[in-house]
Amino acid sequence: MAKEFQIVVLAKQVPDTHDVGKEAMNADGTVNRAALPTVFNPEDLNALEMALQVRDAIPGAKVFVLSMGPAKAADIIRESLYRGADDGAVLSDRRFAGSDTLATSYALSCAIKKLDNVRLVFCGRQAIDGDTAQVGPQVAEKLNFQQVTYAEKLMGVSEDKLTICRRLEQGIEIVEAPMPLLVTVGGTAPECRFRIANRMLQYYKAVMPSEVKENAEAAEQLWNERPYLKLKEWNADDVNPEMDRLGLNGSATKVKQIENVVLLKKENVNVEPKAEAIEQMWRDLQGVVF
Amino acid sequence: MNFYSDNESLKFYLNHPEMKKAVTLKEMNFADHGKYADAPANAEEGLEHYDLVMDLVGEISGNVLAPNAESVDQEGPHIENNEVVYAKGTTANHEALRDAGLYGMTLPRQYDGLNLGYVPNVMAAEIISRADAGFANIWGLQECAETVNEFACDELKAKFLSRIRKGDTCSMDLTEPDAGSDLQAVRLKATWDEASNCWRLNGVKRFITNGGAQLHLVLARSEERTTDGRGLSYFLYDKADGGLTVRRLENKMGIHGSPTAELVFKNAPAQIVGDRKLGLIKYVMALMNGARLGVAAQSVGLAEAAYREAKLYASQREQFGKTIDQFPLVQDLLRDMRTKTDASRSLLYETARKVDITKSYEAIMKTRSLTPEERKDMKENSRIADALTPMVKLMAAEWANQTAYDSIQVHGGSGFMREYACERLYRDARILTIYEGTSQLQVVAAVKGIAGGTYLKCIEDYDAQVEAALAAGVENAEEIKKLRAQLQKMIEDYKALEAAAKQMEVCPDRRLTESLAYIVMGYLLLLDSTRCGCFLESCKNLIVMGRGEIAKHSACVMQ
Repeated sequence: MAKEFQIVVLAKQVPDTHDVGKEAMNADGTVNRAALPTVFNPEDLNALEMALQVRDAIPGAKVFVLSMGPAKAADIIRESLYRGADDGAVLSDRRFAGSDTLATSYALSCAIKKLDNVRLVFCGRQAIDGDTAQVGPQVAEKLNFQQVTYAEKLMGVSEDKLTICRRLEQGIEIVEAPMPLLVTVGGTAPECRFRIANRMLQYYKAVMPSEVKENAEAAEQLWNERPYLKLKEWNADDVNPEMDRLGLNGSATKVKQIENVVLLKKENVNVEPKAEAIEQMWRDLQGVVF
Repeated sequence: MNFYSDNESLKFYLNHPEMKKAVTLKEMNFADHGKYADAPANAEEGLEHYDLVMDLVGEISGNVLAPNAESVDQEGPHIENNEVVYAKGTTANHEALRDAGLYGMTLPRQYDGLNLGYVPNVMAAEIISRADAGFANIWGLQECAETVNEFACDELKAKFLSRIRKGDTCSMDLTEPDAGSDLQAVRLKATWDEASNCWRLNGVKRFITNGGAQLHLVLARSEERTTDGRGLSYFLYDKADGGLTVRRLENKMGIHGSPTAELVFKNAPAQIVGDRKLGLIKYVMALMNGARLGVAAQSVGLAEAAYREAKLYASQREQFGKTIDQFPLVQDLLRDMRTKTDASRSLLYETARKVDITKSYEAIMKTRSLTPEERKDMKENSRIADALTPMVKLMAAEWANQTAYDSIQVHGGSGFMREYACERLYRDARILTIYEGTSQLQVVAAVKGIAGGTYLKCIEDYDAQVEAALAAGVENAEEIKKLRAQLQKMIEDYKALEAAAKQMEVCPDRRLTESLAYIVMGYLLLLDSTRCGCFLESCKNLIVMGRGEIAKHSACVMQ
């Protein structure tokens, strides 16, 4: 049995972009989060499934789900517990507000360092509200972990390496990677397993402190009686960061303006690798954009 | 798609006023709380648990089972090396429900079960049947676990119950070539093998649903030189122990989701369940009532699917410049389908509540003796459950067939083509009035309730409940008063019919049973209407239908 084998899953709560109505965007071009219901970022569910598969193959391994966001992100931890995760925490603090991918990955890497014996980190390839696909790779850099991106299928599991099939634009690639390792998982990977009935019954009342500010006393009583119903909530101080690398201050990206772009062309254009064809493409593009 | 959350009626019945009592009894006053992390602390939590589990069943039914139904119907199961191989979709359905921890949901927590009551058990069967009525049989056969739990010794329970919970499937091996409705004629032989300290089974079983299962409950003749039901015992057989050949699979008209097999037992080792000689007269009869309610649930689920298919089609299909659901004659069809489905469902959950409460008292009796009031209450609930079970099996199964028939009618020519689901539903529905006791046998079972006055007593009690609700104040009070008066008139007409029937030359039993069924369901929908206006239209329509039926039977009998 592996001694203390921790698998971390990074999961984000995102606005549900199905059936986006007019009220979904604010006048300034930012997302009106209040108008949209929230969901578990789809590819993070694929990541959770892959993490659970590794956990099931390694005796003694545990899956810990980490989500950065407001109090409502506790939904992500509950949903993960229903589906078989062993533990989880929400990283929540006003000082994280305005984080770009650089500040986000820094905060997440600080939180991961708080955990012992982390051998693997799984996360979705990208979140549907930003589509950057940057957070995973940046976390790997900060932790000094190996990384495998665009994972589609787990081909082999041992206690010190994974064999993974990657989905690339032109085909697949099978790689073997040593631990510690971070894996970003794409939407073509196996779907996440369903919620498990008895885990749902066990955890549906689980809450974290900032969710129950109004009913703190009742919650304390519940937690006393059933300690497993208290979800972990970490603020900035809990994860020992350099404070100036958090939130807006720690973000290198400054958003100047957001425009609503309507794509007119639906099909692809093939350009021959010849000088005149490329010049023609350049002229076409200028015609469209300027 | 979620087949639980998209159907408001289900939540309505899960939160019926009597459900708090049902869950409190089932949880033995919440004795498991503190011992198990998933045990509820009180009735509110208990009902929340029911809601959560039904939501999960609804999600898997809507997203896995229903999309697989068409390919399962086309592919069906086959035999490979003496193993029954399910259609690919059937296997996927089974694994999804197993992995979600839903099998054995009614088993006690000591066997890793969820300890859910009988009402959510029946509801799960309804939801699953709406998605795939054939698969519902494989799901429903876990009822065998209930028999093992109720009657088998602790050793057998420990050995098998958690296997069912982990997804080993079951079959109930009763029917033989010469023993169908008449199970007393069962011949499959069980002999005691002293050397191996087990029973040995020899003989043939036919029409065995899910006959390739890992675990079989087998009705067999253990007493030599007997010919009737008193010579039969019940056995648990594990396919892993060998001695069983799956001789063939039947080529059926419908419910292709569940294989129906002919089985040959040759010196198959088995263990006895409970006591010798009680196989048919006690254990199978107990199982049979559950199985009948299971078919009633299957019927309601299938009817719901057929109604929804028709309603959707009628709202999209345009003729003469408008959608066909705007034509009064199509509306008539849809209204009758809705009415029959609502009425069957109301009776289904009324029956399930009575069974739920009865079973919980039986379980409590194993831990302590009941108080006189509790004993009285148990007897009362059990008596009503026994009377309503054949009634709901009869009516729900017949009406599911009519609803499936009408669903094709609404689809017109398209409904006759294989592309539309209504065609599969029509074939799947046909068995409902036949298996687990034909409609005719349900009437035979109902006669006891007619002669003993159980139904009329029930109806009196419903009338008093309506009166109490009116006194307490309800919405739509005028309408409800009017409908109550009509039901009271129907009772009078029925009594005249019953009196006249005694002089009748032909058998009046089915006419009487159906007439009573209309009154019972009319009252149940009326009681539902005192809590939610959404049942009023079906209630009104059912009463119109029922008055017509009773008038028709009266004309026949009193000529």
